[in-house]
Amino acid sequence: MGLSGGSTGKNAAQKELKIAENTKTVALAGNPNVGKSTVFNALTGLHQHTGNWPGKTVTSAVGTFTQDGREFSLVDLPGTYSLFPHSQEEAVARDFLCFEKNDCVVVVCDCTTLERSLALVLQVLEVTRNAVVCLNLFDEAKKKNIKINAEKLEELLGVPVVCTDAKNRKGLELLKRKIGEVCAQNQRYRAPFSYDTAVETAIKSLEGVRGRNRRFIKAQLLFSDESFIEAYEKSCGRKIEENARLRESLSQAREILSKGHLTEASLRDSMTLSLLSRAKSLAESCVDCTKRNDSLDRRLDKVFTGAKTGIPVMLLLLTLVLFITIYAANYPSELLSRLLFSLGDRLRALLERLNASSYLTGALIDGVYTTMAWVVSVMLPPMAIFFPLFTLLEDLGYLPRVAFNLDHCFKKCSACGKQSLCMCMGLGCNAAGVVGCRIIDSKRERLIAILTNAFVPCNGRFPTIIAIISMFFAAPLAKAVRPFAAAGILTLVIVFSVLATFSASYILSKTVLKGESSAFTLEMPPYRVPKIGSVLVRSVFDRTLFVLSRAVCVSAPMGLVIWLLANIKAGDAAIVTHIAQFLDAPGRLMGLDGVVLLSFILGFPANEIVLPVALMCYTSQGVLVNASDISSVFSILTQNGWTAVTGVCFILFSLMHFPCSTTLLTIWKETKSFKWTALSFLVPTVYGIVFCVLVNAVFGH
Amino acid sequence: MKTLSSLLKGENSVVHNILTDGAMRRRFQELGIVPGTYVACLQESFFGDIKSYLIKDAVIAIRNEDADGVIIY
Repeated sequence: MGLSGGSTGKNAAQKELKIAENTKTVALAGNPNVGKSTVFNALTGLHQHTGNWPGKTVTSAVGTFTQDGREFSLVDLPGTYSLFPHSQEEAVARDFLCFEKNDCVVVVCDCTTLERSLALVLQVLEVTRNAVVCLNLFDEAKKKNIKINAEKLEELLGVPVVCTDAKNRKGLELLKRKIGEVCAQNQRYRAPFSYDTAVETAIKSLEGVRGRNRRFIKAQLLFSDESFIEAYEKSCGRKIEENARLRESLSQAREILSKGHLTEASLRDSMTLSLLSRAKSLAESCVDCTKRNDSLDRRLDKVFTGAKTGIPVMLLLLTLVLFITIYAANYPSELLSRLLFSLGDRLRALLERLNASSYLTGALIDGVYTTMAWVVSVMLPPMAIFFPLFTLLEDLGYLPRVAFNLDHCFKKCSACGKQSLCMCMGLGCNAAGVVGCRIIDSKRERLIAILTNAFVPCNGRFPTIIAIISMFFAAPLAKAVRPFAAAGILTLVIVFSVLATFSASYILSKTVLKGESSAFTLEMPPYRVPKIGSVLVRSVFDRTLFVLSRAVCVSAPMGLVIWLLANIKAGDAAIVTHIAQFLDAPGRLMGLDGVVLLSFILGFPANEIVLPVALMCYTSQGVLVNASDISSVFSILTQNGWTAVTGVCFILFSLMHFPCSTTLLTIWKETKSFKWTALSFLVPTVYGIVFCVLVNAVFGH
Repeated sequence: MKTLSSLLKGENSVVHNILTDGAMRRRFQELGIVPGTYVACLQESFFGDIKSYLIKDAVIAIRNEDADGVIIY
């Protein structure tokens, strides 16, 4: 799950799959992080998010491609290690393969961990012979001196095997051709491997099972796995209880098993061992690893996850990314604001020449246009620089290493170490971060991750925080050290937000979400050299422009609303003044003022607009300031009584307040619970209020 | 009985048995942690309570308390 037009915002939790009737359906299955989404994108030309960490794809995506004039629908299933699911997402993959109509399954394998991939291949072949094995990352394996005999594998498996390097678009034509061939014919079913004699006898004794892939279904029915039974009953439209043949043969089969001393657990073990030993023998006969060389990965891991270096390097990298963002955003930010505001002046002149009424000019220019200009000039440059840098780290495979380094703290909070990955996603968009929490298997730990995700500042709040830091804390320093200081302070701010996440997670796991942390494994994928070009294109078009356009869409009507509130008088003062006065007392208590609180409330649909709205309120209240460019922001704020303490409180409340409407909606969709949605609203808000009041009580006057 | 978590950085061994039950047992199996699998400890975190292991050519991080369920030779 990543940050793109389709996955951030209100589409983040979409689940429905729509496939046209007359097209062939091709499912894409594979272990997590084998490049499935890359294959998907390369085949369909879509932009499903890719990134180098296991668990990005938590929803299935559908795309189409044509081959020889025929249309194919390609379904990108969430990554799974096996067809015995552990989580809701893995069950999605199994149920789709077993019970949905599909004409071909492409199993994507990682050539660098082929043996493990082959275990899934064998399971899929138990379900259907209409399959193509795609050996992805072939070039990467070659670089590591791993030799794979694809012809031999094809012979042993009896289905087409295609070598691809999807990132560099190699081998895709052949893959498409093979998919076309497989869809056109119906392979005769043949079991890809056999189980122990007792298990085989039990499977064969089952009667009355319906479906194309009877062997797999029969094998699964031997377990009393409720989720599978439910999915099976749904697919054939009647309960097992009502099917006398099946019911009776099932109890017979269980008898056979118990005679062979197989309990449910040992049956699972025995079946898994048969599967794994077949995968092992396949790998042994087709893969030559004798000269395998992973030394670069090991050396990088020594630095990124070493006991002494891991955490310092992580902080350094964070500071470096923030430094580059702040340093490089400075100039374009100035340029952009000058450009936009001079354009605004021209538009105003144009409207005046057209004899537009002063109300119309005011509403359009001072209201809509100025707010939008502020949003664009403050938000765009830091976003356009931060996103690609973050994507580079993500594609390199660094994020799971962060989870490794921070795991201790999450363990102390009785939370899941994978929560770090959701937090990293939250840096981009909290809604995407909340959906990303699906990678956490334990429900309790997933809820903790969801409820605390908003503590991480998303890109909507990020540039605002940068702006406040630069104006109030870095500006008094010598020019040369400003970006360093700003980056250092911003790093501290993010460290603070991480600490707040820890403490909130701790409190939650000791109160409403009581429990011990459950077991998990965290896979740390091989490092991959990111493709700079595609990173740039993807992060600018998919993420930056999408997020920005949302902010602009929200800010335009909001600008109009503010302008109207500021220009329609009720009694002796403008409406906005009344509201601001009403909110002033609580605002002052928190070291802020009524206008800022009002801006946070109005910023509920999109946090990007909080600072611009505050500026609008200040300027429209008749304070005489030339609001023509970004450098005047500081003077607008100070003239309205802002001090360094206000700056601190603003940053604190920006970090810790109710999540934006999209995030809340996503939380509702993910939890389907009013209680948890309400709590996710309250937890950060209470934190923010408490911290602001404390800071103001100690440092304010 | 030596457990997986007792492996120090740079040491390696072979899996003897899994004591863990339920979902985690299956997760271990899926990752290839079954009797006879070669395992090596690659890194230890700063606080020492999670380690990364090389298992079936992949790097997997497991908390010590979870790795205690895997017995090695």
